[in-house]
Amino acid sequence: MNWLIKGARIIDPSQHIDGQMDILIEDGKIVKLGRNLSPSRKKGLDSMELAGLVVTPGLVDMHTHLREPGFEYKETIQTGSEAACAGGFTAIACMPNTNPVNDTRSVTEFILRKATETNLVNVYPIAAITMQSQGNALAEFWDLKEAGAIALSDDGKPVMDSAVMRRALEYAHSLGLPIISHCEDTCLSSGGAMHEGFASTELGLPGIPGIAEDIMVARDLLLAEYTRSSIHIAHVSTAGSVRLIRDAKNRGIKVTAETAPHYFTLTDDDLRTYNVNAKVYPPLRGKDDVEAIKEGLRDGTIDAIASDHAPHALTDKEVEFEYAASGMIGLETSLGLSLRLVSADILTLNQLIEKMSAHPARILRIPGGTLRPGAPADLTIIDLQRSWTVSREAIRSRSKNTPFIGWDLTGKAVMTMKGGVVTYDELNDCHEHPRHS
Amino acid sequence: MILERKDILGIKELSKDEILLILDTADSFIEISTREIKKVPTLRGKTVINLFYEASTRTRTSFEIAAKRLSADTINISASTSSVVKGETLLDTARNLEAMNPDVIVIRHSAAGAPHMLAGMVKQSIINAGDGAHEHPTQALLDMMTIRAKKGRLENLNIAIVGDIAHSRVARSNIYGLKKMGAQVTVAGPATMIPRDIEQMGVTVYSSLDEAIKEVDVIMMLRIQIERQQQNIFPSLREYAQRFCLSKKNISLAKEDVLVMHPGPINRGVEISPDIADGPYSVILDQVTNGVAVRMALLYLLTGGKA
Repeated sequence: MNWLIKGARIIDPSQHIDGQMDILIEDGKIVKLGRNLSPSRKKGLDSMELAGLVVTPGLVDMHTHLREPGFEYKETIQTGSEAACAGGFTAIACMPNTNPVNDTRSVTEFILRKATETNLVNVYPIAAITMQSQGNALAEFWDLKEAGAIALSDDGKPVMDSAVMRRALEYAHSLGLPIISHCEDTCLSSGGAMHEGFASTELGLPGIPGIAEDIMVARDLLLAEYTRSSIHIAHVSTAGSVRLIRDAKNRGIKVTAETAPHYFTLTDDDLRTYNVNAKVYPPLRGKDDVEAIKEGLRDGTIDAIASDHAPHALTDKEVEFEYAASGMIGLETSLGLSLRLVSADILTLNQLIEKMSAHPARILRIPGGTLRPGAPADLTIIDLQRSWTVSREAIRSRSKNTPFIGWDLTGKAVMTMKGGVVTYDELNDCHEHPRHS
Repeated sequence: MILERKDILGIKELSKDEILLILDTADSFIEISTREIKKVPTLRGKTVINLFYEASTRTRTSFEIAAKRLSADTINISASTSSVVKGETLLDTARNLEAMNPDVIVIRHSAAGAPHMLAGMVKQSIINAGDGAHEHPTQALLDMMTIRAKKGRLENLNIAIVGDIAHSRVARSNIYGLKKMGAQVTVAGPATMIPRDIEQMGVTVYSSLDEAIKEVDVIMMLRIQIERQQQNIFPSLREYAQRFCLSKKNISLAKEDVLVMHPGPINRGVEISPDIADGPYSVILDQVTNGVAVRMALLYLLTGGKA
């Protein structure tokens, strides 16, 4: 629990720190950052030499699906937590579309109890906006917050009724609970299997037009403005959404937004082999959308990168494309794919770390995302030079549904620490880097 | 020449030479169907399974007759519902069929890409007999065979395809094929029936029948599915017929020797008037006849036959 980390490059955007220094950790908390720190007299202090590696605040994934309760064959809180640690995450927020839906205190409490038993990663439950995410009756926001829910979302489904969304924003705002909106006009998207464009035309698959997202983003921005509340837009995938959010921010509307690595990495052309593992909602969009997402990340319109980790078993996927479940796992590839933005000069490393730690923590109003003295010692140790290949065998998630298997990536979390306890460690297997003495 | 591929999944993947090989082979098979004894021993001992997840009379019968005229054994499996409803997955069905060692599996499915998935899983040759709104390669081949037989060529012909392009696998396969063979293709229909960015397939788009068929060599009319009205693809059959029914009134806009085609089944009085369907320009029944020959050719070539 007590560590002196030496020799690493420390990046903490929350304190504008980027440089080589040491970190002293005691009793699971960060005590001090500085040059040439010497160990205190505290007993049981281990020294860790991490020259050549980067230490950042523990990464925060604000959008995951852990599937428990109800879909344990896809993922459990245990396996999802293991995947999170391996991906460098110390905190994850899990969406409520379980069975039963997390729309009541008992489900929130169940998730937290399981997460505490697992104790690998901080799990923050996101509760449903409406009962069973049906879009009609509000869930008990206050009670859910008391139970430990940190935000509200009907993710997977939109709140189609504007009056319901208006009331949800007003009621949640007064409780300080962020609302995360899955923006999709289901009248426009209904029956669709992929993005509507030239690829869907050639493949003969029913399309989901980009405007199905844009229209709901526009509505939610108007509702947030009118109700003087705030809103977070989940998994932004279109150029239209980016433009609307940028304009709204310029006008002072309190909006934040996230995107997922696949939306700046893949396009609808990647579905041309009817690859079910690239089927996801919202769907992979066109090249112009991908460019707009990158620009939105660059100019700060998009605040956060979230995995939208959506595990599905082989049986959900190994069927005709139109019938296949939508979603891909992402916890273990999120950092590696996002680092490509740094090598492509779209983001600086500091900006990337901020979008994967400080920003999601701030949006969700949860602890973490910082190495400030006094904060829990949640940190991620990254080897920026590590070349690795995404392999099915190495995936810790219970489901293996990702189109990135076989991809060569550079940069990887090699150690993850939560509250001063090492939750993931592959430095042992890597002889170039001396382990703690 | 031999056809060096395991499956026929779509026209998109075929080269011009492959299309020519298939058409030439089909031409040579036409004669068999006119004999008194309509059977040759070419595929004796081979097994062809027709796996139809979607209702079909013409295409299934055509494949069955084609296989039988070549002396192959044929088995028809009609699954009235999709695999999801049926309980057994397409993959499990495929593995079971594979275990019985057929030589060719012909599949029709309402889901685009189903034949591609099957082809990746089993060692047998797969022929796509229509997958969703994606491709219907044997239809395009029989259409090209028919046009070539009547016109003597495919290059530099002007061809109009009219109707619900968005939901038509026939349209897609024909666009790929006809473009490869050097024809100019025009598509027409109300904007609701024109799929997004189809211009990128190299076709000209019109929203009026009269404009689309002006001076064309061939008109292909597509079947209008009445169910589409519920999705507001068109307001009513009455209005559709008024705007897009090929009839005596508008046929004169096309070339004098225009060919009128239809993949069937036809809605008389909706997309095509009876006097046109049964009239001198119509080659609709030639298409059906040629369909048998094209399917014979594919079965022959896929099982290792040389042209």
